Amino acid sequence: MMSNMLILMKQELALCLLIFLLLILKLVKDMKNETVLTLTQFLFLFFFILGFIGNETGELFGGMYRQTTSSIVQKNILSLGLYLMPMLFASWMRQHEHLLEFLLLMACVTLGMFLMISSAHMLMFYLSLELSSIPLAALVNFDLRLRKSSEGAMKMILTSAFSSGILLMGISFIYGSTGSLLFDDIAASGKQSGLDIAAFMLFFSAFAFKLSVVPFHFWTADVYEGAPVPVAAFLSVMSKAAMAFVLMNICFLVFPHLFDWWHQVFLILSALTILTGNLFALRQENIKRFLAFSSISQVGFILLAIAANMPSAKASVHFFLLIYLVSNLAAFSVVCLACVHHRKESISDFKGFYKKNPFLSWVMLLALFSLAGIPPLAGFFGKFFLLSAGAGRGDYFFVVFAAINMVVSLYYYVRLARMIFSTEEQPVLSKVFIDPMGKAGLIIMAVAMLILGLTSWVYDYLNV
Amino acid sequence: MPSLLNIILIPLLPLLSFVWLGLSGRRQNHPMAGWLATAFMLVSLLLSIQTAFAYFSGAGMAGDSYRPMLVWDLEWLPFTATAEGLAIHTGILLDPISVMMLIVVTSISCMVHLFSLGYMKGEQRFGMYYAYLGLFTFSMLGLVLSSNIFQMYMFWELVGVSSFLLIGFYYQKPAAVAAAKKAFIVTRFADLGFLLGILVLSYYGGSMDFNQLIQSLTSPESNELQEAQRDSFMGLSALSWGLSLVFIGGASKSALFPLHIWLPDAMEGPTPVSALIHAATMVVAGVYLVARLFPVYALSAPDILQMIGWTGAISALIAALIACTQTDIKRVLAYSTMSQIGFMVLALGVSGYADGNNLGFTASMFHLSTHAVFKALLFLCAGAVIHYVHSNEMDQMGGLRKQMPITHISFLLACLAISGFPFLAGFFSKEEILLAAYTNYKPIFWIAIFTSALTAFYMFRLYFRIFWHKPYHAAHHDDHHGEGTWTMKWPLLILALGTVFAGYIPFSRFVSATGKPFHTSLHIEFSIAPVGLALLGIAAAYYLYGRQSARPEQMQKSLGFLYTSLKSKLFIDELYLFITRNIIFGILGKWAAWIDKHIVDGLMNGLADLIQWIAQKIRRVQSGRVQDYALYFLIAILGLLLCAKWFNQF
Repeated sequence: MMSNMLILMKQELALCLLIFLLLILKLVKDMKNETVLTLTQFLFLFFFILGFIGNETGELFGGMYRQTTSSIVQKNILSLGLYLMPMLFASWMRQHEHLLEFLLLMACVTLGMFLMISSAHMLMFYLSLELSSIPLAALVNFDLRLRKSSEGAMKMILTSAFSSGILLMGISFIYGSTGSLLFDDIAASGKQSGLDIAAFMLFFSAFAFKLSVVPFHFWTADVYEGAPVPVAAFLSVMSKAAMAFVLMNICFLVFPHLFDWWHQVFLILSALTILTGNLFALRQENIKRFLAFSSISQVGFILLAIAANMPSAKASVHFFLLIYLVSNLAAFSVVCLACVHHRKESISDFKGFYKKNPFLSWVMLLALFSLAGIPPLAGFFGKFFLLSAGAGRGDYFFVVFAAINMVVSLYYYVRLARMIFSTEEQPVLSKVFIDPMGKAGLIIMAVAMLILGLTSWVYDYLNV
Repeated sequence: MPSLLNIILIPLLPLLSFVWLGLSGRRQNHPMAGWLATAFMLVSLLLSIQTAFAYFSGAGMAGDSYRPMLVWDLEWLPFTATAEGLAIHTGILLDPISVMMLIVVTSISCMVHLFSLGYMKGEQRFGMYYAYLGLFTFSMLGLVLSSNIFQMYMFWELVGVSSFLLIGFYYQKPAAVAAAKKAFIVTRFADLGFLLGILVLSYYGGSMDFNQLIQSLTSPESNELQEAQRDSFMGLSALSWGLSLVFIGGASKSALFPLHIWLPDAMEGPTPVSALIHAATMVVAGVYLVARLFPVYALSAPDILQMIGWTGAISALIAALIACTQTDIKRVLAYSTMSQIGFMVLALGVSGYADGNNLGFTASMFHLSTHAVFKALLFLCAGAVIHYVHSNEMDQMGGLRKQMPITHISFLLACLAISGFPFLAGFFSKEEILLAAYTNYKPIFWIAIFTSALTAFYMFRLYFRIFWHKPYHAAHHDDHHGEGTWTMKWPLLILALGTVFAGYIPFSRFVSATGKPFHTSLHIEFSIAPVGLALLGIAAAYYLYGRQSARPEQMQKSLGFLYTSLKSKLFIDELYLFITRNIIFGILGKWAAWIDKHIVDGLMNGLADLIQWIAQKIRRVQSGRVQDYALYFLIAILGLLLCAKWFNQF
């Protein structure tokens, strides 16, 4: 049992160790931020590599915890994100007086996500969901001097408490109907009564909230705007990826018998989400709100593929989220570098950004085009496979709708790109200093956006 | 057997020149950069010729017809390995049309590389210019050689990107930037159609490889075909949807009506670029795409093929009409390109597939090749003229035949060729197109023959306005250079030779829809009408524009509204602008912005005032925002439950 647990839960256990280590470090007086950052870099790197060594699948704790081949892939995508975070946002983190707490909370959230991905029991799932969202609200509050930041955190904690309440109601309905909280039992029951459907919808609403699916998205823009840029990036990438993985796992494995219902609902919500996200992003002036809305519309595409419920849908979601993680983190990282020094968050501040910061501008251009899905950048392949998953199920109307929205989204991405590369005006932002670590991170991101779609080993790996 | 290494080197050499010049960047402005790129292109041309020779002289022959050869194939993106999964291949496909396109692209590109040495001399970004040319040539060659529709799409986009870069090459000029943007957005929208078409076709065809796709979608007993024809959406079968969506992608690249609006503006790029991309190579990509999938169109969806034929005919006519009124010489040429591409497409539209009935296909490909030669020549001549006069406007020209004798003769030859003057290149290919239309579909034939007369008229209008009309006054600048360097004259002469002799290639021996060579003969009696009409057009042009006179103006006045609407290109641009600006941004965008500002941005502003007012009234200090979100949340859940209930009933 013990050795089994050590192998199956190695990543979770390592994260726990990491958290304790960071706590102990906190006791050491006069730790320089630089040292902490370098140290966590190494720790996160080891942690990332750990995810590739000696993986096994199996169950623990009477079927409450389950490691599968796809959960391994999902966790590895997330731990890649965790590794990239301190690298890409070093400039912000270095300045922060509570860096250790920041990293610690981030590790806690990730632990919650890992447990959530592996949970095979409703209560286990609920607890890990809370573990991954409460520290996140604290993270949102990390611009300690800004009222907006506290406001965002407050909003997030309140609305997420509300969504948890609804989630618990859904879980209790499920229990009432099937008499069990184990995923396998629920799937085996195969019940399709009105109560089951209602329970599933309540249950799903919590996901919709976390994923900011329209019309559950209202908190998103406010919270992103209030949160520090790295946290907004974390929210939009890691948190979304984790929730999308779990939603997919649960829908495919636990509720296949309700497919007819969630299929329809997901399609409608996906169209609604893509459209709303796009329309709101069209005229945003604040760059964080802009990225928030554009990420809302990306979620719609994921939902479209999840609605297809096929092996290729699963692979396409994994692949898309990996690419989305890379592209969006790169975009946020550039915004972070530009904004941290100048405290300017308006899109028009990026006018003529290219003149002083050519490197950052090129990375941003790649990120924007990848998000927009322009070939041959990775983002195109991500979207293409999502759409082909949708087409494979025969949902042509929604596929066409999503594809048209891809072009609409191009408009606002290109608008920002044009702003950055415009030569007429005097640049608002002066030259930004990029530390070597951040620069290395950005170069990795740029290369990844260029080659991820074109190399076959990525597909081989994600194809589980 | 053509060697694989040779074939791979053909697109790779331009790529190499792009990478090398692109990396050395702005510093590399030495003329050597251009020479090197040109040398690379020349090698690429020689390799193409060698490949073509090897292919046509036996390697491609199987029995009595040419067969497609998959010289290289690789599983590229193994997306899902399961049965319903998707694995995208990549490869190189050699068949008569791809080999023909190899020759066309490399030879025109080579001429343009050479011409640009003189034309772009002293430009600030000389090195980058050649880098972009290399990128373009690479992607175009990649597109041509693609064995797979997805691979083709990737190169298709890459071609679009390099075209964008080259149109916007003079990025200090606002017009150039606007034109580049327009081209990018218009083709993006249409490429979306292409992408969806790929999804539909590959889903039903069960593969993305051209060979397999054609096989599964043409044999009547195949399950895939039956399923694709059975499933329908809004009254059209899935197959028709897929094929028309793919054609939309092709139509925008080939500037067919009504997706042509980007082409005239694209003339903001350097003139040699217009010659290469917007006359000879990229714009025929759409024709090539239809030709690539021709068996599917012809055998499984003849109705769509007919629609394609009509699109071609209408584009040819409209473009010819508009060309008669334009005064910017490059724009006249742009519309003439659009019109000629319309000819190629209509030829495909009237062609059958079976042996003996597929003259249209061959004629289309033939016209594609000859047109590439004389249109590139026209553009390069126009480039030489613009280089000399420093203006694009006809009014600044006239009487240039004495100053620029070589350009004059070449231009005249090309004009005669495009008008279908006997025994020049355009004559043979155009006769074949008209003959195919005449035997298969009369209405299109009448449009085509009228357009062909118009072609003669507007081309000679252009010719007379540039080289005759009035004596040339070099008032506005010093006559510091002659007709141009020899690097500019040589390509003109070579292309002029091509214009004279390209028509004698026995094209139907090499290219036909089924791959089986056949013999075509010239029907002199059939040619009387088109040639007579063309001569009439030339005479009319001479009457109006041979000398300076008041006649054209009188005619413009008497035509009134017709003339103005043609001159403003039938207001199509305005229509698009109206739709995007007023409907998309005006109505939808404004609405979204309003909601965001007043509802989502919180109850603090706008709608919030009301709540605040209530809040003040009841004297409760509350932000109210989060409760409100909770309320939305609740409403949304109720909506979900209702939704589920609704599905439950059905």
